Amino acid sequence: MRQTLAITLQNLRSIPGRIGPSLVAVIGVAGVVAVLVAVLSMARGFESALTTGTDPENVVIMRSGSSGELDSGFDGPTTRLITQAPQLAFASPELYVVVDLQKKSTGTQANVPFRGISEDGPAVRDEFEIVEGRLFERGRKELIAGVAAAEKFSGLEVGNTLQFGQERWDVVGLFSTGGGATESELWTDTAILQGAYRRGNSYSIVYGRLQNADDFQAFKDELTTDPRLSVKVERETEFRAQQSEALSGFISVLGYGIAILMALGALFGALNTMYTAVSDRSREIGTLRALGFASAPIVVSVMVEALLLALAGGVIGAAAAYALFNGFAVSTLNFSSFTQVVFAFAVTPDLLVQGVILALFIGLIGGLAPAVRAARMPIVSALRE
Amino acid sequence: MNEKTLDHIVELKGVTKTYHRGRERIEVLKQLDLEIETGEFAALMGPSGSGKTTLLNLIGGLDHPSAGEIHVSGQRIERLGSRALAKWRSNHIGFIFQFYNLMPVLTAQRNVELPLLLKKMSSKERRDRAMTALEIVGLTDRAKHLPRELSGGQEQRVAIARAIVSDPDLLLADEPTGDLDRDTAGDILELLQTLNTRHGKTILMVTHDPAAADRAGRIVHMDKGRLLEEAA
Repeated sequence: MRQTLAITLQNLRSIPGRIGPSLVAVIGVAGVVAVLVAVLSMARGFESALTTGTDPENVVIMRSGSSGELDSGFDGPTTRLITQAPQLAFASPELYVVVDLQKKSTGTQANVPFRGISEDGPAVRDEFEIVEGRLFERGRKELIAGVAAAEKFSGLEVGNTLQFGQERWDVVGLFSTGGGATESELWTDTAILQGAYRRGNSYSIVYGRLQNADDFQAFKDELTTDPRLSVKVERETEFRAQQSEALSGFISVLGYGIAILMALGALFGALNTMYTAVSDRSREIGTLRALGFASAPIVVSVMVEALLLALAGGVIGAAAAYALFNGFAVSTLNFSSFTQVVFAFAVTPDLLVQGVILALFIGLIGGLAPAVRAARMPIVSALRE
Repeated sequence: MNEKTLDHIVELKGVTKTYHRGRERIEVLKQLDLEIETGEFAALMGPSGSGKTTLLNLIGGLDHPSAGEIHVSGQRIERLGSRALAKWRSNHIGFIFQFYNLMPVLTAQRNVELPLLLKKMSSKERRDRAMTALEIVGLTDRAKHLPRELSGGQEQRVAIARAIVSDPDLLLADEPTGDLDRDTAGDILELLQTLNTRHGKTILMVTHDPAAADRAGRIVHMDKGRLLEEAA
């Protein structure tokens, strides 16, 4: 132990003399970790955008067999049956259509959800608030825009007028729902939207808020056993998770793929650094062994150095990813609804830990072979270096 | 059976060392017998490639012979494993290298303390013994200096202090003056003589330099892996 400590300390003290290759290894590892954390934080942010603001009391009722709001639909009488369920405190039958808006960042057109909500619409989303302007008036062609949509798309300033098809719409307010995907949407009165898009008395989906979260099973049984209805009942949390699955899965696979490729590069950087370190110090290592120091402490000292350099890289990379990307807002196409979702990168603590673990793994692999080489080199050869 | 009388601190019997370079077999030492008495200061001389350093490395337990027996300080060492050999070296041998081989990031005192890290002793005891060794080589005032702040001769004195600090039975010096100017080399040789005469250290020194060899009590000549005549 004493030997190990002495050699390790000496090894670490000699790092300033080998600062160049050591920095290359640290920066290489930092780059890998930063990319991994950044890409995964994108997936995490996307998931979080789709699941934020959903309470366990919230339920979603769609047509049986539909996969999302776009392909779900009910007629008026069916909707009335659903909203009359006794377990519901509030129910908002809603119509969901898609409109084109121009992205501020690229100037290109993108699909944005345009939702008609009923009077209970705000009550179903308990974090709903108007942050600028006012709520639309029922019966008028007015809309309010989510704050994330207003930030990313042109023409959503309060007081502006937008034209979708033959209809003109006044933007009268901006709303927030405490984060989440709904902030990427435009909202108006359901009846007006039905008329504008010639949907008669039909709806896409019903959002509901149960009086008690424990009523879910009873509520679900009530609707699914009613022979007049053919519906799918889900908690909103589950619905959102399904909606985010495809894209967040894709981003995660991409993230890990890029990170693995970069990690290979960094691994060779670390190997090179540690081989250089061992080779530069082979006479010192030979001398220590000639004096009677055993091989194991030398292996440990090289490993400790590799792990510390990798740890430094990991911490720097994770910190850089946090500083540069946490909260950075972007918009992307949600594969499930083919509409744009605005979300912020979420650099969560577990991602930082994952990044540092990857760094240590690179250090471990990068240090092992040089450490063993240092220990197995014949003393006589080492002394001649 | 392995214990030898300590009249001969070093005893080699039929020691052969061969290397293989590709298919070529190179015999560096050939059936070599050698005895060195306790308290002797012996110089090993010979041209490059004669096998001097190889012989020194075998006696110091840094390398294994291909054949023959090596007894040093009462221990037959050629069959010891690397861990046992490392421990044995730390107890019995002090090495002095041509290029000093000091740790560049450690002060003179810390360099001298290095072999003592392998012993059970307090840090104060380590420090005291290192300072005593530095006093013997006349460098107490340079204890806190790094090797790069010392002259070549001072570096070699620190290396000698490191070699003697754990009070080994045998000092093995490989061209200890090979990197020094004549005057400084003279000082180092005088120090080695003092260690031999006043402190009773047995010394085996490899050298090219006849003037250096003349300081030793015995000169052993080598050529092509064999011992030649000895000069007193």
